[in-house]
Amino acid sequence: MSPPALSLEGVSCTFAAREGAPVFTAVRDVTLAVAAGEFVAVVGPTGCGKSTLLNMAAGLLEPSTGGVRVFGEPLAGLNRRAGYMFQAESLMPWRTALGNVMAGLSFRGASEADARALAAQWLQRVGLAAFGDRYPHQLSGGMRKRVSLAQTLVLDPDIILMDEPFSALDVQTRQLMENEVLELWQGLPVSSAATARPAGPGPAAAGSGASRVARKAVLFITHDLDEAIALSDRVVILSAGPGSRVVGEFRIDLARPRDVAEVRTDPRFVELHKAIWDVLREEVLAGYQQQLAKA
Amino acid sequence: MWRFIKPSRRNLRAWQLVLLAVLFLVWHLLTVPGLLPHFLFSDDNQAAFFFGQPLKIFDRIVHWFFIDADIYKHLAVTLWETILAFGIGTVLGLGMGLWLALSPLAAAMLDPYIKALNAMPRVILAPIFAVWFGLGVASKVALGVTLVFFIVFFNVYQGVKEVSPVILANARMLGASRRQLLRHVYLPSATSWVFSSLHTSVGLAFVGAVVGEYLGSAQGVGYLILQAEGSFDIDTVMAGILVLTVFALVLDALVGRAEKALMKWQPQAGESEKL
Repeated sequence: MSPPALSLEGVSCTFAAREGAPVFTAVRDVTLAVAAGEFVAVVGPTGCGKSTLLNMAAGLLEPSTGGVRVFGEPLAGLNRRAGYMFQAESLMPWRTALGNVMAGLSFRGASEADARALAAQWLQRVGLAAFGDRYPHQLSGGMRKRVSLAQTLVLDPDIILMDEPFSALDVQTRQLMENEVLELWQGLPVSSAATARPAGPGPAAAGSGASRVARKAVLFITHDLDEAIALSDRVVILSAGPGSRVVGEFRIDLARPRDVAEVRTDPRFVELHKAIWDVLREEVLAGYQQQLAKA
Repeated sequence: MWRFIKPSRRNLRAWQLVLLAVLFLVWHLLTVPGLLPHFLFSDDNQAAFFFGQPLKIFDRIVHWFFIDADIYKHLAVTLWETILAFGIGTVLGLGMGLWLALSPLAAAMLDPYIKALNAMPRVILAPIFAVWFGLGVASKVALGVTLVFFIVFFNVYQGVKEVSPVILANARMLGASRRQLLRHVYLPSATSWVFSSLHTSVGLAFVGAVVGEYLGSAQGVGYLILQAEGSFDIDTVMAGILVLTVFALVLDALVGRAEKALMKWQPQAGESEKL
């Protein structure tokens, strides 16, 4: 069996004490694996270190203990096979939508023309073909998230890390985006992207070997249980922080393709929701108590 | 009738011109000898001696620009000094700001020196620059550079420090090398800060040039003013000041234009919020 796309092995993350504040352990001894092509959602109460977990998987943050493996290789430095969609605004405000989507390609040495063509193609796929020359401040919140999505996917990463990417959007836009993400994830035409891909150095080229996977591995962080169940193959529950651990894991055996709005009425969805919520509720309450105690 | 005259957004420009005309008229009435009985000075001619007369000032300006046409070479020198001081100061400030913002150790080491240099009244360096670089263009440029440098430097430093960490992390995840981060993230972010200081720094480059000329030179508008002052020719001094003022306004307008063209990615007021 091939190694998982991404595995966190007993990782902990402790932040050094700053003046006045005590040493803070965000995550303690978390072990979590995402198989190639698997969609894993991590849910947990607020402030439980979900983002910390993702930053460690991206290589932006080094775990205090334990290690991260990417396709079996220990991760050192940035995770070059992963794309990261941030919770906050991450587009470069001085670049147009097209320029932002092109950014990763040109950073990795693609020619201007290739990058432009591929970026335009991806903008079209997220429904923004007509908005390529707009600057981020001229786009709506939902449009900016689409640009971010295109920016991440145009690089054809093997692993996609998503940190509550749609938490700032209204409910309707959010459902649209969730469906789009599912569609893109399920039907990523890897071959066409591969032929158009520039022969530059870096992970884009590395991914086209024998271990080529059709679907991307996704690690999706959210605090919204509905979203987690509707999107994922597996839901992982983190305990309330500080020192969050994995306290539960549920396989989501709902049929694909799914529609995030329709799947919510599925009896199996309701069943899973109840089972997971029973575990999650205690953690949410514990997290709430801690926040009250701090205030 | 009053509806048209009443100050509003529409006739703002007209009112500004009226204000200017009134100013000159009052000036004229108070200074022309014998026009009004003197009340402050003991002599009819003293007001004109101390404050100059608008008509004579305009006469001087017309002579400078059209009849003798001898101010152009002085203006050109002053302008050239301003541009050089501005360009060199901006580039140095940008480079230094980027360097120190990205290497905290160097910044910590140099911190007291930068503070000391900035706190020092730099106009006092003009005599030293005159000794070092002579009475030509170079000494004025040097003075202007010391003024411009710190403005740009502090703005770039701040700009780089305040780059959004999310944008930075995103660029790194997209595969940007350190060099690409500098070129595509730090520099554009710092540029917006530089532009916000550009109006100030162009003004200061101009100040550096004129003050430098005033303290010792053989050409330039500052030199003209110095010469006139030597012979108590207040009209010419005032004419020089007026010409400099108009010129400063033109420079400022040019900077505004450049800013608009280069900063089109920034939301305008009322269009959307700054991210």
